[in-house]
Order: sequence, then structure tokens, then C-alpha cells
Amino acid sequence: MRRRYIAVKIDSNQAIKKEEVFYAIWDSILKMFGEYGASQTDLRLIDYDSENRQAILRCSHDALPLVKASIPCVTRIGGGAAAIHIQLVSGTLNSLRRKLTKQTKKSNSAMPR
Amino acid sequence: MQRVRDAAVKFFIDLHLCPNLEDQDETKMMIEKSAELGYKAVGVTFPKKYSQSEIEKTRKICSEAGLDFIHRVDLEPSNTTELIRSLRLLRRQVEVISVKCLSKSVARQAAKDRRVDVLSFSPLDVRKRFFDSAEAELASKTQVSLEFDLAPLLYLHGYRRIRLLSKLREEAFIAKKFNIPIILSSGANNAGLLRKPEDYASLGYLFGLDLNDAKRAVSENPKEIIDRNRRKLSPNYVAPGVYVIRRGEDCPDG
Repeated sequence: MRRRYIAVKIDSNQAIKKEEVFYAIWDSILKMFGEYGASQTDLRLIDYDSENRQAILRCSHDALPLVKASIPCVTRIGGGAAAIHIQLVSGTLNSLRRKLTKQTKKSNSAMPR
Repeated sequence: MQRVRDAAVKFFIDLHLCPNLEDQDETKMMIEKSAELGYKAVGVTFPKKYSQSEIEKTRKICSEAGLDFIHRVDLEPSNTTELIRSLRLLRRQVEVISVKCLSKSVARQAAKDRRVDVLSFSPLDVRKRFFDSAEAELASKTQVSLEFDLAPLLYLHGYRRIRLLSKLREEAFIAKKFNIPIILSSGANNAGLLRKPEDYASLGYLFGLDLNDAKRAVSENPKEIIDRNRRKLSPNYVAPGVYVIRRGEDCPDG
């Protein structure tokens, strides 16, 4: 089964737990596509970095458009206002991490000193 | 060639920011957030009569954030006479004119008037969305685009969101059939409702826009309007297709 790995950044003013991120995305998929749609996504939360507010999700390749359409619809996480922005999508976890590191380096070098 | 196309696609524009202009901090926050999210230009909505100094203040905030500022006015005329009068008054002053069509007659007039850039409809009352085949046929003869505000998709829930999605799907299908450019904008009035341009393109999936069309709707389509109108507003514009190329001493002797 082909899969896709999605790196997302959470935009919120409060501390957010790993489960809260997953349930917020899951809830959004359920609202937009119902249980049938959600069953096709095979969604998993692979990694969550609470310090950088970054998460890595895994989903089925076929359900990628569905997951990508549901993520921006998240407006609340754990009772507080929040937004989730998709950073990168990749076919393997290794390439996603490599691209993320590259992106972070690029944004750090672009920051004014 | 591919790289050139990618560069054109990456010029993302949010043509519809609706900050509370009384609150400068909120306006600044929204503009900075837009820059952070990857936009290169933002269209800020101003009322019809607004002081030039306030507009310049917003322009300055945009340039400090590294964004191209687009002056936009949303007209909400109650009848066609009011629409025509407003267009005559504003067309040579603002870069983008959007008409929020509250009645069918206004929608029809706006669709056939070349001075209108963008047609928009109520996101909350789908019965007041008058974009049908007849409207699209009129719009296809002018250069009017159809705008979808995406913030309502984020804050509406349940039945109202279902109705809106169903209507957007129908309108997107008609627009594609008649080659009407679609524009995806935020329509956000607070920073919490802003999303990345790529996220807006992904939301297009919900109403049947394929990813390439959706990306064009946040980049090339609004850019075409801006470029066209800036050419027209420049002092070198004389009439459709006629521009001043050289002046004074630059002109070669006959």
C-alpha cells in the first residue's frame, strides 16, 4: 500500500498535547468526509514535536487530497483557537525529514541577523 | 520552461483581506501573518470613501512586511443604478473592484460590465448566490472573475457548510464550463482564519477544483487582474490597446 507522509505546523498560543492534535485532525476528516471517508485515510500520527509545534502524519496515498483538504479546516485544538498549516508532503519518512531539515536551514539563513 | 511556470505559480495573492481598519494592530498582524504564510501580495478591502492617508498607512505596513499592497473596494449596491454610479466614481481610483451581488439584477449588470473585476456572493445565504449559466454566459464576454471566500468554510458547521459546499461545487462547474476565472481568497477578518495558499488550493478539492486550477486561482488569476488594472491606472494608458511608450525628448523626430 502506497503512503504519504505529511509534516504539519501547529499555530496556537497554548500548549498542545499530541492526542489533541490527532483528534482535531481526525474530527475534521470525520466532519468533512464522514466515517466512510475517514476509513479510507489510514491516518496515523507518526511524530510530534511539542517544542516546535510540528507533527508528522501518515496517510494512504489515495486519500491524500482528502486529508489535505481536512487539515486547513481545523480551527480549534483542545478547546483553544488554533490552525494547522501543511509544510511538506513526501513519499517516505526519510525524505520528508531530509526536506524538513533543508527547509529549516533555509528559513534560518533567511532570517535577519 | 517548467521553472518559469513554477515561478509564476509561486506568486501567491490573497485578494480579499477584510481587517477591521479601526484596529491598526489587528490589520498589521493580519498583513504580517499573510507574509509569513507565503503570500507575495494582499488585497485589503477599504470602504468606498476612505482617507488617502489611512490607505497609505496600510500600504506602508504591507511594504514593511515585504508584501505588494492592492487597494480593493467591495461594492454592495442595492440596485443597478447605484452600481453604475459607484463604478463611474471609483474605477479610476482603485485597483480591484468587487461587487457583492445581493440581487439578481445587480448580479446580471455586474457580470456584463467590464469595469467590474470580481463577482462575489453571500457565503451565508446560498439562496442569494445568483451564479448560474445565464450569469456565466454574460461574465464570459467580459473579464469578470468569480471569487470564492474560503474563511466561511472554516467557521461554518453542519448544514450551512454542506449547503455552501454544494453551491460552490455547482458554481465551480459552471465557471469551468464557461471559462470564467475563479479566484480563491481568504475573506478573513482575523488572523486565525488565514491559511497558506497551498492549503487554500487543497480546499478546492472540496468543491471539485483540481489542484492545478486551484493553484491558478490563488496565483495567476488574481495576478492577471492586478496587472491589467495597474496598466490601465498608469499615466501611460490612453484607451484599450493604446499606451504612451515615449514622451517628450525620448520621442524620435518624425
